[in-house]
Amino acid sequence: MAKIHVSTTVNGEPTEFLCEPQQTLLDVLRDELRLTGSKEGCATGDCGACSVTLYGRLICSCLALGAEAEGHEIETIEGMADGDSFHPLQQKFLEHAALQCGICTPGFLVAAKSLLERNSDPSETEVRYWLAGNLCRCTGYDKIIRAVLECAADMRGA
Amino acid sequence: MTSENGELKWVGKSPIRPDGADKVTGRAKFGADLMLPGMLVGKVLRSPHAHAKIKSIDTSKAEALPGVKAVVTSADMAEMQPEWVAAGEVQINFLDLSNNILASGKVLYDGHAVAAVAATNSAIANAALELIEVDYEVLPHVIDVEEAMAPDAPILHDDMFTQGVTPTPDKPSNVFKEVDIAVGDVEAGFAKADLIVERSFKTAAVHQGYIEPHAAVASFSEDGQAELWCCTQGHFTVRAYCAKLLGMDLSDLRVTASEIGGGFGGKTTVYLEPVALLLSRKAGRPVRAVMTREEVFRASGPTSGASTWAKIGVTKDGKIVAGEAILKYQAGAFASSPIQPGCMCAFAPYDVENVKVKGYDVVSNRPKVAAYRAPGAPISEHAVESVLDEIAKKLGIDPLELREKNAAKEGTNAAYGPKFGPIGFADTLAAAKAHPHYSAPLGPNQGRGVASGFWFNIGGESCATLNVGEDGTLVLATGSPDIGGSRASMAIMAAETLGIDVADVRPIVADTASLGYTFLTGGSRVTFATGMAVIEASKQVIETLRERAAKIWDISIDAVIWEDGFAKPAGANAGEFEPMSLGEIAAQAGKTGGPISANSSINAEGAGPGFGTHICDVEVDLETGAVTVLRYTAVQDCGKAIHKAYVEGQIQGGAAQGIGWALNEEYIYNDEGRLDNPGFLDYRIPVASDLPMIDTVIVEVANPNHPYGVRGVGEVPIIPPMAAVGNAIDSAIGVRMTDLPMSPPKILAALDNGS
Repeated sequence: MAKIHVSTTVNGEPTEFLCEPQQTLLDVLRDELRLTGSKEGCATGDCGACSVTLYGRLICSCLALGAEAEGHEIETIEGMADGDSFHPLQQKFLEHAALQCGICTPGFLVAAKSLLERNSDPSETEVRYWLAGNLCRCTGYDKIIRAVLECAADMRGA
Repeated sequence: MTSENGELKWVGKSPIRPDGADKVTGRAKFGADLMLPGMLVGKVLRSPHAHAKIKSIDTSKAEALPGVKAVVTSADMAEMQPEWVAAGEVQINFLDLSNNILASGKVLYDGHAVAAVAATNSAIANAALELIEVDYEVLPHVIDVEEAMAPDAPILHDDMFTQGVTPTPDKPSNVFKEVDIAVGDVEAGFAKADLIVERSFKTAAVHQGYIEPHAAVASFSEDGQAELWCCTQGHFTVRAYCAKLLGMDLSDLRVTASEIGGGFGGKTTVYLEPVALLLSRKAGRPVRAVMTREEVFRASGPTSGASTWAKIGVTKDGKIVAGEAILKYQAGAFASSPIQPGCMCAFAPYDVENVKVKGYDVVSNRPKVAAYRAPGAPISEHAVESVLDEIAKKLGIDPLELREKNAAKEGTNAAYGPKFGPIGFADTLAAAKAHPHYSAPLGPNQGRGVASGFWFNIGGESCATLNVGEDGTLVLATGSPDIGGSRASMAIMAAETLGIDVADVRPIVADTASLGYTFLTGGSRVTFATGMAVIEASKQVIETLRERAAKIWDISIDAVIWEDGFAKPAGANAGEFEPMSLGEIAAQAGKTGGPISANSSINAEGAGPGFGTHICDVEVDLETGAVTVLRYTAVQDCGKAIHKAYVEGQIQGGAAQGIGWALNEEYIYNDEGRLDNPGFLDYRIPVASDLPMIDTVIVEVANPNHPYGVRGVGEVPIIPPMAAVGNAIDSAIGVRMTDLPMSPPKILAALDNGS
């Protein structure tokens, strides 16, 4: 089957790739573009480890096709830090020990950033429900939720 | 050492982890993230049947498919003898291990691996799997542990004659072994009791649920040497197993532990690793094999489901006079469940004169169980902690007070054998009692439960190498995969011992060719055992630094002390020379005797037992049967918290897993013996909106056998939650739930029964 040519923007960089019609965006990111920060935990949209934004919307990249990225902007974990300075969420996750094994961390960070872009002052419940699509088996979520809440407070104060 | 004057500079603090940047930027390389030139895709064909005879396997059509480079079956494995090895706290027999990795003769569970292919891409690999023709003769199957023990149950292994009974039976059965633990005389004990409570429980098989599926990249060379990259809790263990299974020399196989996306015991054995090696050897190219989530559920982990029964007798003032339990644990399709530690832990927290525990290790048509956080203990202690709660309610005694009356302390003879040294169980009970959570008011349909837990913690073999750079920074290599921040605690212990800045220590996880054998990350052993190797290597470096300073100053080494990161002249020479920093000495290393490094290889003994006590508040929705955890507090004696925030994190994560075990998680099999819920949608682990904040209280009763007092943390916190949640539900609605998980349908049914 002929491959599809896709022109898109990944983390601000104009990017072209060829993909199979059935190839997921996650597989394209990982296998074609070698952006392995997005993880496959389930491939069914249940764990959120592959979270990215496509035209500003938070999605599970395992549930989108690579071909759907045509003409759109994709943001992944690799684009989150600004040069050599961390995004405030990345810094807060480190300070709060909000990760243990780290496999779910990219997905949580992408999802949390997406939340704070929409809601700069979320309640604990709002954070918990927004992040309910991201599974973490190590932390019990406590330190993740605290990191996001404190980051939101800092960013509002900044 | 700085600790000797009691002031700790780094231990107990929470510096940012040294591998943190890579983990928040996506740069960290996990199991599935490695790509090699010419790499093939490896995939596994799995049994659709719970139990079937393999009459034949025809791989010819798959082999003929363009793009397929290798197909393997059990015929490609070296022939194994039944030889037992330790895999975490579970035992594995090499013959069984081999048959689990690629089935031989029979398939024993839905998902059992039968064959594997390597192809140039995953579409071709999937097509090839469909072209493999397996002729099965389906056999009757058995899933439930009690049914598997019935006299007329389908037999999984014709050569399984129950061990631990005399005389050995002459008929095969599904009971691999019986375990007996007894002290005192339970009958005499029960005769003295004013109150006896007994109850039966069922716990479901639950999966470790790590978010990263198993993954391995293997690359065989023409000369028979191979490299293997995989996510594992123990790459030295992987090397040992794979070398044996493939008939290789250990030195010919170099295993690198990738970053590991969770394990909890489930990554202490091998599944894909030997298959990827076989495929690579046959294809002559690198092969990457990664499990899907469905494969993870169907064919890796889980831990045992069980049927348990506990009976406890007490005097009217609450003193336990006898405890008895019967435990039947699923082993999965091959022998050996964590029944032994389950039996040993059942009554371990308590000082009881008369104890009798009987355990059964039972095979059935389920995936072979793997270690899961305190293997076996949560199941047996759930039964005991639930019965204790009932006793407290019947006697009208506060449940923490009941535990205090009976708590094991230093000098208590544990029911499983040894005499306890210094332990902090009573301290956890006192801290729980004093916690504001324990006296906070409750609303309607809300209830509070408490439960405690015990785990041995272990030591074992560990190596550490400390290399001092010319600029005074250090690289610290250990062989313990970092599953939850252990690099940070290793760096802390080295920096504390040396009296230097923790940022000057760069900890790495070395591969199997670069360091001596190190047992796997598990059993809450790394901070204790590998930590001791790190401290030992640091002390050796201090000796060398003193020696070099003595040489530079031209005085005796005995006249040089090491203090706060500096060599200082002492005794008659005190004040004679300016103190020299580690960096200053390192800069002159070439002129004073060569590079400075140290290697420590130890077998750490003297692990300190761990105890925890949890408080849980729940609210039960009478309309839906849903249970909400409102508030949760976990108290634990850790001996010493090296990295405080990661110790808290271990406790919080363990508690969350226990809450999942209590309320949601279970393996569900249909009538055909197929797993009905092999995905995160239907096997529901707790999500952020299911949980409250989890408050932690760290108690520190030092383990005298570790320089900083470490006991270990990771296992204990998964033990109390199931009983704590169940006891809270009982307090809320007056219903004792006996079957896990305590899911809404079961709660509703119990409410409807008016019990």
